[in-house]
Amino acid sequence: MPVATINGSEVQVDDEGFLANPDQWNEELAEALASQIGINLTAEHWKAVRFLRDDFKQTGETPTIRRISAGTGIDIKTLFVLFPKKPAKKMAYIAGLPKPRGCV
Amino acid sequence: MTEPKPAPVPDFGDDSEAGRKLAIICSKGSLDMAYPALVLGNAALGEGVEVHLFFTFWGFDIITKKRMHNLKFTPVGNTAAHVPQPVAALPGITAVATSMMKKQIADIGVPAVGEFLDQIVASGGHLWACRMSADMMKLRMEDLYDAVEGIINASDFIEMTAGAQLLFI
Repeated sequence: MPVATINGSEVQVDDEGFLANPDQWNEELAEALASQIGINLTAEHWKAVRFLRDDFKQTGETPTIRRISAGTGIDIKTLFVLFPKKPAKKMAYIAGLPKPRGCV
Repeated sequence: MTEPKPAPVPDFGDDSEAGRKLAIICSKGSLDMAYPALVLGNAALGEGVEVHLFFTFWGFDIITKKRMHNLKFTPVGNTAAHVPQPVAALPGITAVATSMMKKQIADIGVPAVGEFLDQIVASGGHLWACRMSADMMKLRMEDLYDAVEGIINASDFIEMTAGAQLLFI
């Protein structure tokens, strides 16, 4: 995996730019990743991102949007507003996790 | 040793102007034929694609309030179900096969039909009912799942899906 810099820190990323090692993630990095894709993280964004981190720690898998909605109480419609167009992938990117594996 | 370069930023398609559009015609009313449309429609919405689901003929059961929660799966005539055909046709087999399939679907965290439609609508998907089927079956808007946007005819559908990719299921 290539080493690259995001916001001055050196991290491993895949070809698309997703963090290759979730352990290299921190909250400052999340802000930088979000701003690179035009998202300014509010408290509600953070609620989702923190859920992704916690859930990944427990299950070893990036949660799907359905699971994120159930786990955070943020409805799916709102997730589409917070992370427009491709919410599941954008959330995974900001949380420093791989793209979700499941179909639903 | 060269200095590391700034990381690439993934392309989430935010800048692509002409949105991609997908239309799925749902013509079958069995449990196993409802899911492909729901899964693909939902996946497309998650990719920022505009999605229209058009329910016609047997597919009407997927959006008919009275029927949508009781779609069935039968191994009759389906060799891929790996049940000897004379057994498949015995009374009660369809009920057993249906509850088995529902359990398998639930076990992998995929929602039941009604809840799946809720998710599709929440994600911005559009649901349409077929005029001819509604007339044949004497069904009106109030008989249909609440988020169905309208009962439209074939021409409306063709007009509405100009430029869309099309799936017939």
